[in-house]
Amino acid sequence: MARVTAPVAPVHGVDSEAKLAFVEFLLTSIDVQESARRAVDWLVAHAAVTEAAVLVQEGVSNEMLLVAEHGVSSGAIMDFALNRDDAAHPLIEALASPVPVYVDAVPGHHRVPLEAKAFHAIPLRSESSEPGQGLLLVSGLGPVLDHETIWLGRTLGKQVSRLLGRQLLAETRFGQERMLLYSIINAVTDPILLTDTEGKLIIANSHAEKLFAAPEEASEGWRRAAALNNMLFSAALSTSAVGMIEMARRELLLVDPLEGSDLLFELLSSRAKDERQGTYVVSILRNVTDLARAKEEIEESYRTLRVAQAEVRDERHRLDLIIDSVADPILVTDQEGDIVLMNTPAERLFNAPGIEDELALRRVRANGANLTSFVSNVLTRSGEQRYRGEIQLGDPLTGRPLPVEAVAGTILSEQGELMWVVTILHDLTEAIEKARLYEQLKQASVELERKVQEATAELAEQNELLRRQHIALEQASALKSQFLANMSHEFRTPLNAILGYTHMLLHNVTGQVTDPQRKSLSRIDSNARHLLALINDILDITRIEAGRMPLNATTFGIGELFDEVQSELEPIIKRSNLSVTAKVRGAVPSVRSDRQKVKQIVLNLLSNALKFTPAGSVTMTASYDGRVRQVAIAVKDTGVGIPREDQVKVFEDFRQLDSSPARGYGGTGLGLSICRRLAQILGGTIELDSSPGAGSTFTLRLPAKARRR
Amino acid sequence: MTTAAKTRAQPLVLVVEDYQDAREMYAAYLQFSGFDVAEAGNGIEAIEKTQELLPDIVLMDLALPKMDGWEATRRLKNDPRTRHIPIVALTGHALAGHAEGAREAGCDAFVTKPCLPDALVAEIRRLLDAHRAKAENGTDPARSPQSTKKRS
Repeated sequence: MARVTAPVAPVHGVDSEAKLAFVEFLLTSIDVQESARRAVDWLVAHAAVTEAAVLVQEGVSNEMLLVAEHGVSSGAIMDFALNRDDAAHPLIEALASPVPVYVDAVPGHHRVPLEAKAFHAIPLRSESSEPGQGLLLVSGLGPVLDHETIWLGRTLGKQVSRLLGRQLLAETRFGQERMLLYSIINAVTDPILLTDTEGKLIIANSHAEKLFAAPEEASEGWRRAAALNNMLFSAALSTSAVGMIEMARRELLLVDPLEGSDLLFELLSSRAKDERQGTYVVSILRNVTDLARAKEEIEESYRTLRVAQAEVRDERHRLDLIIDSVADPILVTDQEGDIVLMNTPAERLFNAPGIEDELALRRVRANGANLTSFVSNVLTRSGEQRYRGEIQLGDPLTGRPLPVEAVAGTILSEQGELMWVVTILHDLTEAIEKARLYEQLKQASVELERKVQEATAELAEQNELLRRQHIALEQASALKSQFLANMSHEFRTPLNAILGYTHMLLHNVTGQVTDPQRKSLSRIDSNARHLLALINDILDITRIEAGRMPLNATTFGIGELFDEVQSELEPIIKRSNLSVTAKVRGAVPSVRSDRQKVKQIVLNLLSNALKFTPAGSVTMTASYDGRVRQVAIAVKDTGVGIPREDQVKVFEDFRQLDSSPARGYGGTGLGLSICRRLAQILGGTIELDSSPGAGSTFTLRLPAKARRR
Repeated sequence: MTTAAKTRAQPLVLVVEDYQDAREMYAAYLQFSGFDVAEAGNGIEAIEKTQELLPDIVLMDLALPKMDGWEATRRLKNDPRTRHIPIVALTGHALAGHAEGAREAGCDAFVTKPCLPDALVAEIRRLLDAHRAKAENGTDPARSPQSTKKRS
């Protein structure tokens, strides 16, 4: 620390009038700060100072306050304070110095309200023997103080001393305490009033003033509100005064003079007795408007809560009904694994109410143990929302094993903490039974399929066999047909010669024959012809059966066909002496069929009729049935007729009913058989209607248009 | 047209038939019925006789040794000299295929055995009349050469 006592600089001629004006100002001023500021201004104007500051002692405290400054940045003086107890501070040291001190270095940890490194610290006091009551700090003058500054320091010192001394005198101890009390009651946010027993106001704090006193500039409303409040307050106070109770507590409704709204106060008034001044009443008003409102809100909340509770109860009841109506057992367990809720089906398994049978109770306990182990599994897997498993339970009453599927879901609190586990049990007995049946069914199905496959294989084998047999048969049939064709040719060649020579003989080509010879030749001729007819018929049947009788369809009229058949059989008809007629009934359309084959059938039927009718008539009739598009050709005779039991036989091969008349009637016995076969080829039928002695009717029914084969 | 045919008093029938009894029977009856008759026992002989004699009509059995009736018919119908001569096929086989084969070969008519001599004569007379009528109208009664050439 470099500290030297500043030498006094020589006097420069300063305007004495300026000094006089300054002194005059100080005489009229009663304020320290005002005087200090004027002093700084004077220094700036009359001395070469760059920075200046004035510190004075604050009242009775040890604080030194900055009251004026010049040329100092606000950073240097911000919150600056100096305590007289800080004896090591260079400024405090300077305060005790009898002469101004020149400070050219300040230790880093001390603050000074100047920015210059070097300055003069001039103690302010009336006499140099007294301790300084303030400090004048100046910089920019160099190490030596000029006379003007020294003069100013001395003058300001006297002024500060004078003013501080007067202030101290005014501030009595009582006054300070009173001020303190005012501050305290003003600091209380509740309105506080001190009244006499009549209710006359003695002291009110600022919050009470707001309610009960209206300033002069206040509005009419405000004034009225204040008056009303005074009235209300006096009334309240007088009722409490009547009781003379030490401490009274009541509610008081006042009006907020500014807002106009109702304010509810709790009024606490107590009596204070003073020996000299008599009895006072101290009243404290506590604003409970918000409390009242809060109370109302609490009541409302409570009501809402009650309603909500009732709703929850209803909801719970409904939920119970729903849960109980579910056939599957449902259980809710807490995080300890204890059951907190279960429906009726679950109770049957885990509670068995009203059952005292020891065995049943043991089963109930076993069920409970199984469930607990399942739920504890769920609890350990807290990460999963759902858990599925199978549990073996038992019916408590019957002991029947009860396999169930258990599906558990966890219910978490809002904090994600596991609260409950809901478990639904589903009876698997039926499912297991179904699975077993399904398995049986599957096996049966597999077995069936195997059998079907075997059967199919067998069938395929048989089909193959049949196919081969069919081929062999076809070949055999073809061979047979070929053989018969060849045979027929071989038969015909000699037969041709026999018929030819017989014919020539009968026609006297080789000379006249005698009557007995002619008779014999006729027998040869008729037998040869019969043989030829047989060969032809056999060949026909062979061709039909070999499928080598192709259809040659043409369109023709039945009427013409009748004429043709009749003319072909003309010699026989003549010989028979029968009446033969042919008629077409109604509109019979032209027929599309194999004309040659139809003709062969009609020819055969007519020749049969002629053959087996000794006397009477033969009628051929054609008709058409439009519904089935069939043409019917009926050949009706008045002949011997056929007994019912023989009516099928006549269509068989080599059949004539009586073997003996066969000779008499002629024919091969193959005619009707061939007719029926031909009718089938044409898509038609031949029917017989006959009875012995009543004649026969053979009817050929043909489709009007033969289908292609 | 050959002069031989015109100069004849009676039409000449060539009977081709391997079965002697039948051949001679037809021949006898044809002569009895007023025809001249020549005979052949097989297909080759039938061609030779036809070319040599130029008969008015040929009665051709189809089942013949050495050369069958179909082949002989084809050859005769393919020969310009003999093409015009009508041929009546004669067969014991009544199966449909035979008739069609005969027409294919060029036969003009088809008769199934057994055929009584008078029926045969009636057929021959019918065919000759028809042939004569066509010849007088200036048309060739034979088949067109194009259709028969295919098989030669």
